[in-house]
Amino acid sequence: MTVTVQLFAGFRELLDGRETIPVELPTSACVADLLQQLREQHPCCRPLLDRSRVAVNQEFAESSARIDAHSEIALIPPVSGG
Amino acid sequence: MVTLTPHPIDFTAVTESVRSPHCGAVCLFLGTVRDRTGEDVTVFLDYETYAPMAEKQLTAIEAEARSRWPIGELAIVHRIGRLAVGEISVAVAVSSPHRTDAFAACRFAIDATKEMVPIWKKDIPPDGASTWVHPGSP
Repeated sequence: MTVTVQLFAGFRELLDGRETIPVELPTSACVADLLQQLREQHPCCRPLLDRSRVAVNQEFAESSARIDAHSEIALIPPVSGG
Repeated sequence: MVTLTPHPIDFTAVTESVRSPHCGAVCLFLGTVRDRTGEDVTVFLDYETYAPMAEKQLTAIEAEARSRWPIGELAIVHRIGRLAVGEISVAVAVSSPHRTDAFAACRFAIDATKEMVPIWKKDIPPDGASTWVHPGSP
């Protein structure tokens, strides 16, 4: 399955201003699988990925959380609001 | 009430929105754009957000605060977009019957906002070499 990952802030800057990227994953993948795939596809993102969280359907997700083709997925680098 | 807005924050209106005859204490926190961080000079901050998730997280912070302290009203307003030095980036206002709870709930709400809400700022220095602020950067 192909999932769409939303990018913000430092990730968007690292990936040429793109707002989303497609990631190919096996069905019944989890958040850890997504992160591994991203590390392979986009080595430039590895340092920031190591410090980031993943949101699935607008909630912070554990690495074991399941992802399906309809999941709303976003990379959440360390936040700096306020 | 939680709000993300591209417009300047009217902190008087935010404060009035939480006042209540049942509450003898109102606590207001404002975050404003600072001109220096150590040696580094800031001209603007550009704030970006993942809006639907940020609104959910802010709503959850309000609910958590209400479960922990006797709150009359609570407002969190965060500005998004380009802000100049001195402008208000965030306002948190809380009313409660007594000041101890108003201070504690206000402190909790701003601390949780800075930790749990997907909002990011980009620091724009005078030479234009901007950088995203991702705390904990190696």
